[in-house]
Amino acid sequence: MRRREFFKKSIQAGVAAGAYLKYGDKLNLFANPKTAPEEIYDLVAVKGGEPETMFDLGINSLGGIKNFVKPNQTVVVKPNIGWDTSPERAANTNPKLVNRIVKQCFDAGAKDVYVFDHTCDNWTKCYSNSGIEKAAKDAGAKVVPGHTESYYHKVDVKQGERLKDAKVHELILESDVFINVPVLKSHGGAGVTISMKNLMGIVWDRGFWHRNDLHQCIADYATLKQPDLNIVDAYLVMKRNGPRGVSKDDVVTMKSQIISTDIVAADAAAAKLFGREPENVDYIKYAHNMNVGTMDLSSLKINRIML
Amino acid sequence: MKKIRVIISLVFFLSIIILYLDLSFSLQQEYSVYPLFLQFIPSFLKFISIGTIAGIGFIIVMLLTFLFGRAYCSSICPLGTFQDIATYLRMKKKRIKFLYREEHKKTRYGFLAAAVILFIFGISFGLNILDPYSNFGRIISNLLRPATIGINNSIAFALESINIYSIYPLEFKGINIAGFIFSFLFLGLILWMSIKHGRLYCNSVCPVGTLLGFISKYSLFTIKISDINCSGCGACGKVCKSSCIDTEDEIIDYSRCVLCFNCFTVCPSSGLEYKFRYSRDMKTVIEPVNINKRNFLIQSAVWFTGGSLALKAQEKILVYKENKIPETREYAVSPPGSLSIENFTDHCTACHLCVAACPTQVLQPSFLEYGLLGILQPRMDYIKSFCNYDCTACTDVCPSGAILPQNGETKKLIQLGKASFIKDNCIVYSQGTDCGACAEHCPTKAVRMVLDPQVNKNAPLIDEEICVGCGACEFACPTIPYKAIYVKSNPVHLAAKLPKQEALEQPDPEEEFPF
Repeated sequence: MRRREFFKKSIQAGVAAGAYLKYGDKLNLFANPKTAPEEIYDLVAVKGGEPETMFDLGINSLGGIKNFVKPNQTVVVKPNIGWDTSPERAANTNPKLVNRIVKQCFDAGAKDVYVFDHTCDNWTKCYSNSGIEKAAKDAGAKVVPGHTESYYHKVDVKQGERLKDAKVHELILESDVFINVPVLKSHGGAGVTISMKNLMGIVWDRGFWHRNDLHQCIADYATLKQPDLNIVDAYLVMKRNGPRGVSKDDVVTMKSQIISTDIVAADAAAAKLFGREPENVDYIKYAHNMNVGTMDLSSLKINRIML
Repeated sequence: MKKIRVIISLVFFLSIIILYLDLSFSLQQEYSVYPLFLQFIPSFLKFISIGTIAGIGFIIVMLLTFLFGRAYCSSICPLGTFQDIATYLRMKKKRIKFLYREEHKKTRYGFLAAAVILFIFGISFGLNILDPYSNFGRIISNLLRPATIGINNSIAFALESINIYSIYPLEFKGINIAGFIFSFLFLGLILWMSIKHGRLYCNSVCPVGTLLGFISKYSLFTIKISDINCSGCGACGKVCKSSCIDTEDEIIDYSRCVLCFNCFTVCPSSGLEYKFRYSRDMKTVIEPVNINKRNFLIQSAVWFTGGSLALKAQEKILVYKENKIPETREYAVSPPGSLSIENFTDHCTACHLCVAACPTQVLQPSFLEYGLLGILQPRMDYIKSFCNYDCTACTDVCPSGAILPQNGETKKLIQLGKASFIKDNCIVYSQGTDCGACAEHCPTKAVRMVLDPQVNKNAPLIDEEICVGCGACEFACPTIPYKAIYVKSNPVHLAAKLPKQEALEQPDPEEEFPF
């Protein structure tokens, strides 16, 4: 009963979200002529400010959060909260950024904003020591667990080559808007982890992905559920020993942020920022070839903001 | 008197239950010392293990007993209180009479002697199996805690369906079969004993009860039957859970009296008094010395010890699995702060408080991993979970000194075992695809992904020096049915080096975007 209910709901939400994505910018142009940007960008890259300032500027140049979150909608914000480490270790998304995103969602009239991750270390410790639980709650979000299988429900991945189905957290399936907030960092298995890799935190059985060609599974999953917005946190960047890192010495300060609705483009730009060519990161290349999005940054309208 | 006893006993009883059931993991580390300091066997083992005042609880208990009698058994021991509650509920339903019975002297001293002799031979099995506190702990940890988690999770799921996520379900790694069966059987036994025969366990099996009973024969304060006031009605004898009041001869067996004061509440004529032993109007048990008894004691102890030693001889077990390349696990992994398997198994009473306090549930009661005599003593189970690098919960709660206290920094230098790699089981080599789950989880990067030019992929490389043996790599390794990386236990813990590295060069903040 319940399962059927939210599938129905998620399909409705998907259609609605799709419509917004397609026409939202235009609708918004007419609705809010004052806040409308002069140009419509595919991707925004910001550099040189604090995480919350960079987000404000970045999202404004995409027409503001109102373009993505409508009054009375439910929003799920998915940062990386995978590890029991402190914010300066940059193994998790910057808590200040999460706080600001949640605030903006409420400013846009969101009914509820949920925050969760399927963590790798003990989840309560990850939530508290990352600083994200407090930051999100301070902004009014509901911080929700993701550590038991009962939260996850099976979804078919029709276009998947290796990944044919996945159990996905119910909040992803139920919520109207899905905002993906990965942190850019090095990764022992995937090379570099950004937006698409962050989606491993919304599924239950990650072991299957690891056994069955990690890169292909990451790209396969991206064919299924596209986040409505990807906000890549590159304020502090773990350059080696990722994804957990050993100490602060693994981290450099880049003070950057990348925002895009195209998950492949966001990852391609972030990979370049990290110092990797997108075509050398297999899952980005695979996703590009499967038409999930584009890694060809020259074909995109990019707004580059230096503070 | 009875009221005071009941209040004190409930304070100990409930605080211990709360410690074991604390689902938020917030109380155990800080508060466990208070109700557990006086638990006799853990305290005794702690004293032997570390020899400081942190372990003198059992001496205080012995002094208390010498002063007042077996107050421990009716107020401090949680199993004693548990039996009293069972008896009380039974009496409410249907009154039963406890009548005076002869002491099971052979049995009780036999158990005590066996436990002591085994312990002298370095085997704490006897103490663990009989210790009342640990048995109680096992019941709570293996039976009540899972039930509590079940209730909590049902509530959480019910709330979740109306989008309330404030109560969350607890991860539960499954019932531990050995722990469950043993605790369940013991629970049945203790309930039967307490409902039918009152304090039979305490006065015929429990080694603490027997030892304190021996001391309390000479205690300075005792319950006395007053020559003047006693009307000889026999009411006291019928409520005595210890069956230790011989109302015909008006004699109390102090070795079995647990100071519950139930007799006081039923005496119609103030015929009972609690007072200094050497004041006059006194009747004591005259004890005949029996040579046969002594022989029995020696025999039973020798038999028990011999059998146990034979079992200990075969304790080194190898786990062979019918796989292409099975893991070879020579020893179980003992928890951080336990120094060595030997030290751990010698001092652990298997009370399972650490099991209840472990936030990742990597600590699980063992079955035969430490050998038959180490049954139920907790081990690190890396199939179920892994040890959190920054956590010291088990070291903070252990009441018996089997796991010594650590701070965050000392714990990081303990090497429980070393990661060991089975190349042919690894995804990178068997599938030819990237994986890296092991290196991902490693907190020290003792497991790193390094380019192997032969397969042109990054493959795990182990640096044993900085490995702490936390089991994160083993837990995360996705290969089935057997692991490609696993922790080989150090039977004696070694020192791990801290990972060393230099800071990275910071990028130029003025640099343009590379796209």
